[in-house]
Amino acid sequence: MKKAFFASPAYRSAKSRAFFIAVCLFSTAAMAPLFLILWELVEKGHRQFRPELFTHVAPTSMEAMLARISGEAIPGGILNGLTGTLTVLTIAILMAIPLGIWTGIYLAEKRGMLMARLVSSLSDLLQGMPSIVVGVIVYVWVVRPMSSYSALAGGVALAVMMLPMVVRSTEESLKMLPVSLKEAGLSLGGSYMSVVLRILLPSAFSGLFTGALLAISRVMGETAPLLVTILGAATVNWDISRPVSSVPLLIWEFYNDPNLVGLIWASSLLLLLAVLGINILAKSIASKWKIQ
Amino acid sequence: MENTVNTDYILELKDVSVSYGGGRNAVDKVSASVSPNTVTAIMGPSGCGKSTLLRAINRLHELYRDITTTGDIFLKGQSIFRMNPMMVRRLAGMVFQRPNPFPTMSIYGNVLAGYRLNNIPLSKAEKDCVVEKSLREVNLWDEVKDSLGKKGTFLSGGQQQRLCIARTLALRPELLLMDEPTSALDPISTARIEELILELKKEYTIVIVTHNMSQAARISCNSMFMYLGELIEFGPTKQMFTKPKDKRTEDYLTGSFG
Repeated sequence: MKKAFFASPAYRSAKSRAFFIAVCLFSTAAMAPLFLILWELVEKGHRQFRPELFTHVAPTSMEAMLARISGEAIPGGILNGLTGTLTVLTIAILMAIPLGIWTGIYLAEKRGMLMARLVSSLSDLLQGMPSIVVGVIVYVWVVRPMSSYSALAGGVALAVMMLPMVVRSTEESLKMLPVSLKEAGLSLGGSYMSVVLRILLPSAFSGLFTGALLAISRVMGETAPLLVTILGAATVNWDISRPVSSVPLLIWEFYNDPNLVGLIWASSLLLLLAVLGINILAKSIASKWKIQ
Repeated sequence: MENTVNTDYILELKDVSVSYGGGRNAVDKVSASVSPNTVTAIMGPSGCGKSTLLRAINRLHELYRDITTTGDIFLKGQSIFRMNPMMVRRLAGMVFQRPNPFPTMSIYGNVLAGYRLNNIPLSKAEKDCVVEKSLREVNLWDEVKDSLGKKGTFLSGGQQQRLCIARTLALRPELLLMDEPTSALDPISTARIEELILELKKEYTIVIVTHNMSQAARISCNSMFMYLGELIEFGPTKQMFTKPKDKRTEDYLTGSFG
């Protein structure tokens, strides 16, 4: 009698329904933090999220305090952070992407060879390296010899963090190409170089581009390695041998100053939107330019 | 040259063996000669070394460690191992089992891919000429002449395969190597490729691997029958199908194994 109940279609479909509801509930719960964070940032940051944020440098503590007392919005923006982030990211991209793509080609072509396995494991290790450690190392490598904190040092630190991600995504997207593509290119009398440059890399382009974008969005919000490399600057500075600021670094500075706390939310919102935007772009490129 | 070769043959295989690192040879001491403007079919059961032999002819095995080729292969009287591999592959074009047009290139670009990969500069007029001539040779011109800018991957499987043949023909190879070119295609596309092979025979020499005996009978002048890496029998197709010399050929052709 009991056995028959557990085997009955009604019981089994009810159980299946309960399972489906649980799946929905848990996936909603997993999404909740993102929406709560977004809501919190919009609610607290919308007042400061205005054109001035993009056109003015960060205010001093005194300016902010006066505004706070009179109940106005804090004056100024994060222009010095935006330009700093732009400079540091550009340097990191110029270093990490070519190097990462070259290494990725090597790993995809020489899979299984001892040297390739070694490089691959080291790249994994590098990916797991705590970001503050990367920062301190770059401090020793770049900041001390140049005897100045600089955008260049920050760029090197972010490049080191991006490198393993670019290597891995290049390797994976090249490995997904059918081997017949390479054989067809070589069978037409192409040299190895022209087959890699004219057939394999273009065919894997969407994967390479997506990987690069995701790597950029990952390091965009990095703070720890920048603390010990770029130091921070109160003005806009385009000289890569001098200290600069960055958006996450400014957020850290705002956090440390009770008068500036109000600017945290708008800056964080901007950073989050930028990362979100890059991610959406990467996803749409991956699906649109997909090679059949 | 230590070996004297008869230049009447476009392709000569001398004791060609290929091994995939240890164990039995995948191709074992195969010797054969191919005359110009003929279609030679390589037949045999799966795993007998047909494709391996074909790939030895344009030195594709060199891309992989562990694979060693011994013996000698002469293309128009010259040993391919003393030529630059890029030159060998241009002279002996290869068509693969699955159609593999380059996915980032248009139909136009695919036909010209060989010129781009070899850094051979062409004027616009020359390019148009090569594209039209090659696509006409494979009877694809009328179907695609209005969509040359479209990606090659939008074509049907059979059209893609003809595009791949056109891509190979564009470089005017001496020899056309085909590795089961119809095994991924439907019967109608297969029939069109077979007709094409018979037409191409007038200008090219073709060596085709096939597991389909009736295809070999329909299109080839000469046939090789391979079994466990050995060349069991090589001769005119008609003779092999009517009066095979070897018991194993007869068993295979009558369906006793394979």
